[in-house]
Amino acid sequence: MSTAAERTRFTDLLAAEWIKLRSLRSTYWVLGGGALLVIGINANSAWTNARRLADMPPPPAGTAPHFGFDPLHTAFVEPAWQLFMVLAATVGALSVFGEYTSGLIRTTFTAVPDRRAVIAAKTVVVAAVLCGLGAVVAGVSFGVTQALLRDEGGLSIGDPGALRAVVASALLAPVCALVGMALGAVVRHAAGTVVAVVGTLLLLPALFQGDTYRWVKEIGNAMPLTAWGRLVENPGAAALPEKYPVTLTEAWAVFAAWPLVAVVVTVTVVCRRDV
Amino acid sequence: MWPSARCRRHPAHDTVSPVIEVNELTKRYGDTTAVNALSFTVRPGRITGFLGPNGAGKTTTLRMLLGLVEPTGGSATIDGQPFRDRPRGLRHVGALLDAGDVHGGRTGRAQLAALARGNGIGRRRTDEVLGEVGLAEAAGRRVGGYSLGMRQRLGIAAALLGDPPVLLFDEPLNGLDPEGVLWVRGLFRRLAGEGRTVFVSSHQMSEMEHTAEQLVVIGRGELIAAQSVTEFAARSTRPGVSVRTPRAAELAAVLTAEGAAVRPGGEELLTVTGLPASRVGELACAHRLPLHELTSGDASLEKAFMELTADRLDHRAGETR
Repeated sequence: MSTAAERTRFTDLLAAEWIKLRSLRSTYWVLGGGALLVIGINANSAWTNARRLADMPPPPAGTAPHFGFDPLHTAFVEPAWQLFMVLAATVGALSVFGEYTSGLIRTTFTAVPDRRAVIAAKTVVVAAVLCGLGAVVAGVSFGVTQALLRDEGGLSIGDPGALRAVVASALLAPVCALVGMALGAVVRHAAGTVVAVVGTLLLLPALFQGDTYRWVKEIGNAMPLTAWGRLVENPGAAALPEKYPVTLTEAWAVFAAWPLVAVVVTVTVVCRRDV
Repeated sequence: MWPSARCRRHPAHDTVSPVIEVNELTKRYGDTTAVNALSFTVRPGRITGFLGPNGAGKTTTLRMLLGLVEPTGGSATIDGQPFRDRPRGLRHVGALLDAGDVHGGRTGRAQLAALARGNGIGRRRTDEVLGEVGLAEAAGRRVGGYSLGMRQRLGIAAALLGDPPVLLFDEPLNGLDPEGVLWVRGLFRRLAGEGRTVFVSSHQMSEMEHTAEQLVVIGRGELIAAQSVTEFAARSTRPGVSVRTPRAAELAAVLTAEGAAVRPGGEELLTVTGLPASRVGELACAHRLPLHELTSGDASLEKAFMELTADRLDHRAGETR
C-alpha cells in the first residue's frame, strides 16, 4: 500500500508549521496591526518631540544640544514595546493553545506522533517569524524616529548603544513569543493564556521594583522587560542612579534564559499530557 | 449482506495475523475506570465494527491506540509497534477521531496541505483526496463554514492522505446525509477489499449491521464480545415471535406447555420466545386455534446489543445514578 518510502525530514515539519501559521488570518491581524501600532507610536513620539524642540531657544554654545533629551528613547517608547511584547507572546501562545482549543492537536499528533519534533518545528517557525518582524519593527522605528529628529540630535546606527538597542528590540519579539508558547501549552485556554502572558511579561516586572529589598529588585532584574529596558538605554544620556542596576551581561543572559526555559517547559508539558 | 463476496475475499480468515493488538489495556481517571483490562485484535482485509453504548470507552481506546492518551496499564500496538513510537503517522494509520478536530480559521486545503507536508506527502495527493471525498469545490473555503458532513469528509480525506494500510474511524457516520452514509460504507468496503484494516466505532448497532463483518463490542470499558456479526446476532436470547389470536389464553397455555416463554403484549397479542415462528404456527394449527398474525422477529444485532449491554450502560434514561 504505502509504496513511497517514508520521509522523515525535519524541514517537512518546518514547512507544515509555516503553512499552519500563514494560513490563519489572525496571524496577519495581530502581527501586522501590532507592528504598525508600535512604529506609529514611536514615530509620533519623535515627531512631537521634534516639534517641541524646534520651538525651544537653541542651547547656549558649548553645551550639549538639548540637555536631558534622549533621542534614542523616542524609538523605544516603553508602552509601545510592552504592547508589542504582548502581541508577540499572543501569537506564540495562539500557535499552541489554538491547537488544543480546536482539537487540532489530536489530528496533528496522529499525523506526526513524534511530539517533540512537532514542538521543535513550531518553536523554530514562530521564533524565526517573530525575529524577522521584530527586526523590521525595531529597524523602522529607529530609522524613522532618528530621521524625524535629525536636527535635534538624532542618532545613526553607528552611535554608541544604537545597534544594541535595535538588536535587543528585534529579539524581544521572539523571546516573548516563546514565553507565550510555554504559557499556551500550560494553560491551554485562550483567555487564560492571554491573562498569564500579561501577568508574566508586564505585571511581574512592575511588581518587583524599588531599591528597598535587594532580592525584590533582583527578581525584577530577571524579567525580559527590565532586561530590554537596560539594553535600549542610551549610554550617552544621563541615567538615574540605581542601587542594584542590571548589567548588560545580565540583561543578555535574561534574554537567553527565558526562551530556553520556555522551550523546555513547552516540550515537557506537551509530551506528557494526554490529548 | 454480501456473504459470497466475503467468502471470496477472505479464504482463510484467521490465518491472517492481526494488525491491531490490544492487550489488557486499562485507563483510569482518578476513581473512574474508562477502560478496564481490554484485550482484542483486529485483522486486515475486512471492516471491524467497534461497538458500545455512549461512554463505553471506545474513544478512549482509540486515543490510546493512537498514542494520544497514555494507558494506565496494558499495551496497544499497530503493526507490532506502539503508534507513538513512529516518527510520522499518515503512511501507517489514517484516523478520523472527531470531525471537529480542525481549526475553523483555515481552509480545507490548508488543513490538508499542512498535514501532508509534515509527512513528506506531495501537493498532488492533497488535491486527489479532496476530489475523492467530494470537497474539491469547497477546498478554498474556511472550515469554520463547513457543515458537519463536510467536516466528516475533510477528516476522511486526511485519513486517506498517506494511503495507509490501517484506518481508524470514530463515529464516522455522524452528521452525514443518507447519500453520504452510502458513500462512506462503499468507501470502507473498498478499503477493506484492498486488504486494509478498517476499524470503525459506533454506538448504533444498526449502522454496523450494514457495514461491518466483524465486531468488537464493549460496555463500561470491558469487552463484551469479539466475533463475527452473524455470531453476535445469534447471541440474542430473545428472538421473539409475535402472535395475534382471539384465543390468546388458550394459545399461551399450549405454548408454555411446549417450553416457550410467553408474554402478553396487549389485547389478543402474545410475544413468544424460545420457539421459532414455524413451530408456533404448527402448534396453533394442531390445536385448531385461529391466528390473525404471526411475525417472526429475527435475531437482530440491535437486540443482541441491547441485551448484552443493558447492564453496562453508563447513561440510562430515566434513572438517577
